[in-house]
Amino acid sequence: MKEPLGTTGLILNEPLLWEKGKKGRCGYSLPRRDVEPCPLDQELTGEGPDFPDLSEVDVVRHYTRLSQWNFGVDTGMYPLGSCTMKYSPKTNERQASLLGFTGAHPLLPARLCQGALKMMFEFEQYLTEITGMDATTLQPAAGAHGELCGMLLIHAFHKKKGSQRSKIIVPDTAHGTNPASAALCGYRPVPVRSNEQGILSAEAVAEVMDEDTAGIMVTNPNTLGLFEEDIQEIAEIVHSKGGLVYCDGANVNAVMGIVQMGKIGIDVMQLNLHKTFSTPHGGGGPGSGPVCVKNEFEPFLPVPRVVEENGRYILSENYPESVGKVAAFHGSFGVMIKAYSYICSMGPKNLKKASQLAVLNANYIKERLKGTLHLAYDRPCMHECVFSDKDQLAHKVKTLDMAKRLMDYGFHPPTVYFPLVVHGAIMVEPTETESKEDIDQFIEALKAIVKEAGEDPDLLHDAPKSCKVKRLDEVAAARKPCLAG
Amino acid sequence: MLYLPHTNEDISSMLEVVGVDNLDDLFSTVPEDCRLNGDLNLPEQLSEWELNDHMEALSHSMAVSPEYKVFMGAGSYEHFIPASISYLLGRSEFVTSYTPYQPEMSQGTLQAIYEYQTLAVRLLGMEVATASHYDGATALAESLLMAIRVTRRSKVAISGLIHPLYRRVVQTYFEPTGYEVVELDYLNHGVTDIAGLDEMDDLAAVAIQSPNFFGCIENLQAIGEKVREKEALFIVSFTEALAYGLLKNPGSQGADIVCGEGQSLGIPRSFGGPALGMLASRKKYMRSLPGRLIGQTKDLDGKRGFVLTLATREQHIRREKATSNICTNNSLCALAAAMYMASVGGTGIRELASLNHDKAEYLKSELKKAGFKIRFDSPTFNEFVVEFHKGFEATYRRLLEKKIVAGLSLAPYYPELANHYLLCVTETRSREDMDALVSSLVP
Repeated sequence: MKEPLGTTGLILNEPLLWEKGKKGRCGYSLPRRDVEPCPLDQELTGEGPDFPDLSEVDVVRHYTRLSQWNFGVDTGMYPLGSCTMKYSPKTNERQASLLGFTGAHPLLPARLCQGALKMMFEFEQYLTEITGMDATTLQPAAGAHGELCGMLLIHAFHKKKGSQRSKIIVPDTAHGTNPASAALCGYRPVPVRSNEQGILSAEAVAEVMDEDTAGIMVTNPNTLGLFEEDIQEIAEIVHSKGGLVYCDGANVNAVMGIVQMGKIGIDVMQLNLHKTFSTPHGGGGPGSGPVCVKNEFEPFLPVPRVVEENGRYILSENYPESVGKVAAFHGSFGVMIKAYSYICSMGPKNLKKASQLAVLNANYIKERLKGTLHLAYDRPCMHECVFSDKDQLAHKVKTLDMAKRLMDYGFHPPTVYFPLVVHGAIMVEPTETESKEDIDQFIEALKAIVKEAGEDPDLLHDAPKSCKVKRLDEVAAARKPCLAG
Repeated sequence: MLYLPHTNEDISSMLEVVGVDNLDDLFSTVPEDCRLNGDLNLPEQLSEWELNDHMEALSHSMAVSPEYKVFMGAGSYEHFIPASISYLLGRSEFVTSYTPYQPEMSQGTLQAIYEYQTLAVRLLGMEVATASHYDGATALAESLLMAIRVTRRSKVAISGLIHPLYRRVVQTYFEPTGYEVVELDYLNHGVTDIAGLDEMDDLAAVAIQSPNFFGCIENLQAIGEKVREKEALFIVSFTEALAYGLLKNPGSQGADIVCGEGQSLGIPRSFGGPALGMLASRKKYMRSLPGRLIGQTKDLDGKRGFVLTLATREQHIRREKATSNICTNNSLCALAAAMYMASVGGTGIRELASLNHDKAEYLKSELKKAGFKIRFDSPTFNEFVVEFHKGFEATYRRLLEKKIVAGLSLAPYYPELANHYLLCVTETRSREDMDALVSSLVP
C-alpha cells in the first residue's frame, strides 16, 4: 500500500467561547449613531444577554481552530451511504452570494424580484423534467420536510375524495424519517419486509394493501442501494385499491436521465437538493426538499406559486385547494440557487453521466471488497452498496470499530448500522465525484483494516487515535445531559 | 466535465472489474420499460463564465440595498453582517461536512453548535435549546405539537398577532391531526386580547409573539400568569431575535417554550431562506423537544468533547413514535448566528438593539410631525404600523419608482387595516434615508 492518507498534524486546543474574551471587547463595528437616544420604559428592558465580549481576532481564531477539527468533502472521501456526499462546486457558492439574491426581502412586490421568480420558475421546470412528474413545489426546507409536505398532499387528496384512510405502507428499506413523516399526518405506518433479494415484492404489498390504506412510501432506489424492480406492479396494486405511491427520492442521484419516476407509477416524490444536486450539507443543513407531483396533486401544492404571465412572473395565492404553507416564505432559496446553478453547469448529458459514474463507483467498490467484507446482497447495485461485520465478529471486531479505524486512515466512515435490515450494516456511497485513485485508496484502507482485525483487533478497538478526541462517551452524554454551558 | 474525474481509461478498467461492457449495462436491474428513452429535455450545459453572466443578470433585477431603501421587516430583517462571519462561514470544513454522526471527526461542528445552543439559551432566558429548525414558522408549529405531547391535550390558542404566515404554517401542520387551533383577537392598542382565554378549557398551550406582528411589545409577564392559571404551556414566539438584546427575555417572564426566527443574527435575508428556526424550553421538557440536540461528554482519556445526544427521541430509533420527523436542521445558519452573537458580544448587542429601537422611534416621530398617524400606541422595538390616507397605494407605487419600499401593506393579512403599513427601521437605515422617506411621502 502507498503511504496512508491519514496522518497527524498540529491541532490547537480551543476553549468554549465564554471561557475567553474580556468585558469591553467587541468584534463588530457598531454603526454610527445618528439619532438621539430614546430609552424604552425600564419595565420593558432587561439586562441584555450574558454573551462574552470578544475581539474580531478572538472570534476568527476560535472558529478557524474549530473548523480544523472537522472533516468535510473538501478534505477527503466521505462515503456516507444514503447521504450523497458529492463535491459541492464552488461556483454555486459564488452565485448564491450575489448581492441581488442575499439581500432580497421575501415579500418584495413581484416587479422588484423578477430574477428570483424566474430562477424559481425555471428550476421547478427542470426538476419536473428530471423526475418525469408534472409540477413541483420548492417550499419544503429539507428532505424530511418534503416527505411531510408529500404526506399532506396525499392526505388532502383522500380528504377531497371523501374517504380518509388510516394506514400507510412503509417497507423496511425506506428512509428512517418516513414513518415519522407519515405519523405527523395521522397515518399509522404498516411495515413490509423486503424479500431475500433486498427489494419489495408485489405479493408482499398486495397482502397488506387495502381500502383503508392511503398508499405506500417507497424509497427508490432503496436504502440497500437496489432498484425496486417491481415498482410498476406495486404501483398498480396500490392504485387499484385507491391508494397512492409516494417515492422518497433521496437516492435519485443513481437514476438521473435514466428513470423518470413519474413514468413508472409514482404520484408524489421529494428530492433532496443537498444530496442529488450538490448543495453543501453544512454540518447538517440547510437542505431543501422540493416535492414533485403528478397533475392530480397540483391543486394541493403549497402557496404562493410562481406563475408566468406574458413573460413576467408573479406569486399566486389563487389555489383554493392548496394545503397552505409549510414554510414562512419560499423555502431555502439560497440552496435552490446552488442546485439550479449545478443543473445549468451540468446540462442533461452530464447529469446522466453523473448517475452512471455514481453507479459505476459503487459497483466497483462492491466487486473489489466483496471478498474482504461480507456483502449483504450480492447483486448489481445502484449508487451504494451495503456490507456487514459478519466475518469480523469472530475477532470481536464490530462495524463501529472498523468505522473508527477508517478515520485513522484519513477517510470519513460510511453510514453504519443502517439500514436496519442488515445487521451491523456498513453502507458505502462513494458518489460520482470520487476518482478511481481515491476509491482505490479507500478500498486498500478497508482491506488493511480487515487484516488488522484478524491480527491485532485492539488497533480497531482503540481507534481512532489520530483525531482531536478519542471515542466519546455517548451513554454518559444521554444519561446526564449537559446541553448548554 | 470538471466535477466528473473519470477518464475513458478509468471507466473501461472499472467496468472490467464490475464485469459489464458499458455504462448502460450497469442498469440491468432497472426493467427496460422503466427506462427513459432519449435525453432529458434541459438546456445545454453552461461554462462557468456563461453561468456567471446568467446569474448576474438575474441578480441585477432584484431590488436590494444600497440601491433600494427597503423599510420592510415583517419577519425578515436587514442587518449588517461583518465580513469576518462570511469568511469564517465559508470554511469548507464546516460547509462540506454533514450531520456529525461520527463525533471524533466532527468536533468543530459539535462544539460550535453546543455554543450556539448555549448562546440561544442565554438570549432567550431558557434552559435548553435545540440545534436549530428550518425557520421561525416551523419552530412554532413544532412547539405547539410539543405542548400537545407534553400536556396530552388537543387544543391550542394562538395570538392573532403572531406573524400571519406563521399562523398559516401552523394551520397546515395541524390540518390532518384533528387538533384544534383557536386564534385570539387583538386590542385597539395593538396587543393580544387574552380575555378570550377565560372561556377556553383544556388548552395545551397559549402562543404569543413579542414583539408582535405590529411591532408592539406584549406584556408577557401578565399573559404568562393567566396562561398558568389555565395550566397550559406558555409559548413565546418571535420574528426579530435582536429585540432580546434590549427587551426582557421571554424566560424571565414565565415562558415554557420559546421559538422563533433567528435570521437577524448574521444570516442574509436571501429571499426568505435558508433561515434559522430557534427553539428553547425549560429543562423539564427536554425529552419532548423535537430535532437535534448536542451535549457535552468526555472521551476515553477524560478530555472534553461533544456528541449528538438524546437520540432516542428521534426518528431513526423511535420511528413513528419520534418527537418529530426532523433529520436535517439548519446547522450552518445556527453556526452563523453563533458567530454573530460572539462577534457582537454582550455589550455590543445591547447597544445595537438600542440603536434599532431609537432609529425606529426617530422615524415614528418624524412621521407624526408630518401628520401621519401611528396606529397603535403600545411601545415597539424596530417596527410599527402607520395609518396612511385613503388611496395610499398610488403613493407607495410612486415611492417604488424612487427606489423606496415604504413597508408592507397590512390589508392582505388584516382586511380591517386598509391603508395601514408595517414599517421597519434597523441600524442599516441612516437618518438621511428616513428623512428622504418622510419627505417623499408628503406630496
